[in-house]
Amino acid sequence: MLQLVIFYIFAAIAVVSAIMVITRRNAVHSAMFLAATLLSVAGVFLSLRAEFLAGVQVIVYVGGILVLFVFVIMLVPSDRVIFERRYNRQGRIALITAAVLIGELVYAVIQGRDAFVFPEETLEPAVEGNSQWVGTVLYQNYLLPFEIASILLLVAIIGAVVLSKKSKPGGEIAVEE
Amino acid sequence: MDFFVDYILEPGVKIGVIVLVLPLLVGYLVLMERKLIAFMQVRLGPMRVGPHGLLQPIADALKLMLKEDIVPRGADRLIFIMAPVVALVPAFIVLSVIPFGPSITVPVPDGFQWPLQFVEREVPLFITDLNIGVLFILAVSSIGVLGIILAGWASNSKYPLLGALRSAAQMVSYEVALGFSIIGVLLLAGSLSLVDIVNAQSGDGHWFVLYQPIAFIIFWICGVAETNRAPFDLPEAESELVAGFHTEYSGFRWSLFFLAEYAAMIVVASLMVTLFFGGWLAPFGLRLLPESLAGIEGAFWFSAKLLFFIYSYIWFRASWPRYRYDQLMHVGWKVLLPIAIANVVATAVLVLLLEG
Repeated sequence: MLQLVIFYIFAAIAVVSAIMVITRRNAVHSAMFLAATLLSVAGVFLSLRAEFLAGVQVIVYVGGILVLFVFVIMLVPSDRVIFERRYNRQGRIALITAAVLIGELVYAVIQGRDAFVFPEETLEPAVEGNSQWVGTVLYQNYLLPFEIASILLLVAIIGAVVLSKKSKPGGEIAVEE
Repeated sequence: MDFFVDYILEPGVKIGVIVLVLPLLVGYLVLMERKLIAFMQVRLGPMRVGPHGLLQPIADALKLMLKEDIVPRGADRLIFIMAPVVALVPAFIVLSVIPFGPSITVPVPDGFQWPLQFVEREVPLFITDLNIGVLFILAVSSIGVLGIILAGWASNSKYPLLGALRSAAQMVSYEVALGFSIIGVLLLAGSLSLVDIVNAQSGDGHWFVLYQPIAFIIFWICGVAETNRAPFDLPEAESELVAGFHTEYSGFRWSLFFLAEYAAMIVVASLMVTLFFGGWLAPFGLRLLPESLAGIEGAFWFSAKLLFFIYSYIWFRASWPRYRYDQLMHVGWKVLLPIAIANVVATAVLVLLLEG
């Protein structure tokens, strides 16, 4: 019961702040609601006893990505941040796509409703040593996907560096100071 | 009843002690800093309030609470008010997983009947021991930087914005090398839990600083940079940026930033003691007090080591000039990070060879 209540509290905060993220006029306020969403998702992970995942969620999304978001937002003059157009003219297409997506999700949930069985409630962790388990599974059972993901990220980093350097007419890449 | 004692009374009392003691500790840390820097510069430091200025922190706290609270016009009011809290809360939360000592035995009431019956209870000197301890600390303390950035942005003023930008770049850069320097210790201890890391160092003088001296030095430097202390105090460089990100703050809100900075200092120093210097373990297996008082002795050794690293912060501040911004980035990315990664690889290979 307690677990369920905690889950619903975090889920509600996550959903409400996610709506606030896309409706605020001020980009920094949006970023703050994004922080609330990300932290409540970490809370949901915790209520499901996935401690390692919760820690990684906070460190990567809040400590890394969100800080970079805010960093970039700060470099934009604040009056432009507030009066920038937030919506483009593709509202109808977006509405149709969203409706299709929601339809698919509802269908999937109805089809797989037997899978939503809540485990026995307990104050003890489901498995001892959550981080050890994640490490073992990641580096033994799923080593290949893990390595593929890291190569993908490496390519993205190199790509970002190459794109951010302006190329000279002679084909050489100039380093921008 | 057991549920009440285990999950409400015991953590509640410990959290209360930390929340009450930490601000007092910070107050006297500031006095210590002022006095030590004064002595290093052949001055006397605060002398007027109390004998040798011993009541100065209390006078300062009163002054800060009574000062006018100013929110500049043009500031984003909500975020301006929120920022000091965002900076302070993570620093306090992190303290919940730091092991200050082993267990002590205290009598606790057994039930609510009168007269109270007391039973002996073993109480560990930390709030909780998490399986993801070190990860938790890195995760929660990375939220603290948001408070500084928000403060700089919400002030709607040039110097705070520049200070906040510097601060964000600096903290994100040094976090990377800091994380890598911890991995060496984690490889040796085989656990992320801080209590397990301390226990892995028990035995005569097997502190991890002996196996990981390079990682320790990197951690030390990055720890000073993460807390925005001299010589890495660019975010609040008073000769260039007035006071950096907290220029527009005054009174109590300003003191919250101050509290956050000193709490972060205490956290980083505690981490150094825990990861590299055996936490509460006595050097060379010394034993000053009988077995029954082992908890108090542990807390003593922890505090002694902690005080040394706090002293080192002040010593650095009095000794070294501030880095230039490009030097700061150079040191962080091109010197500390490669060394830290090389250290991780070397440690991993050695651990594998010696164990396998």
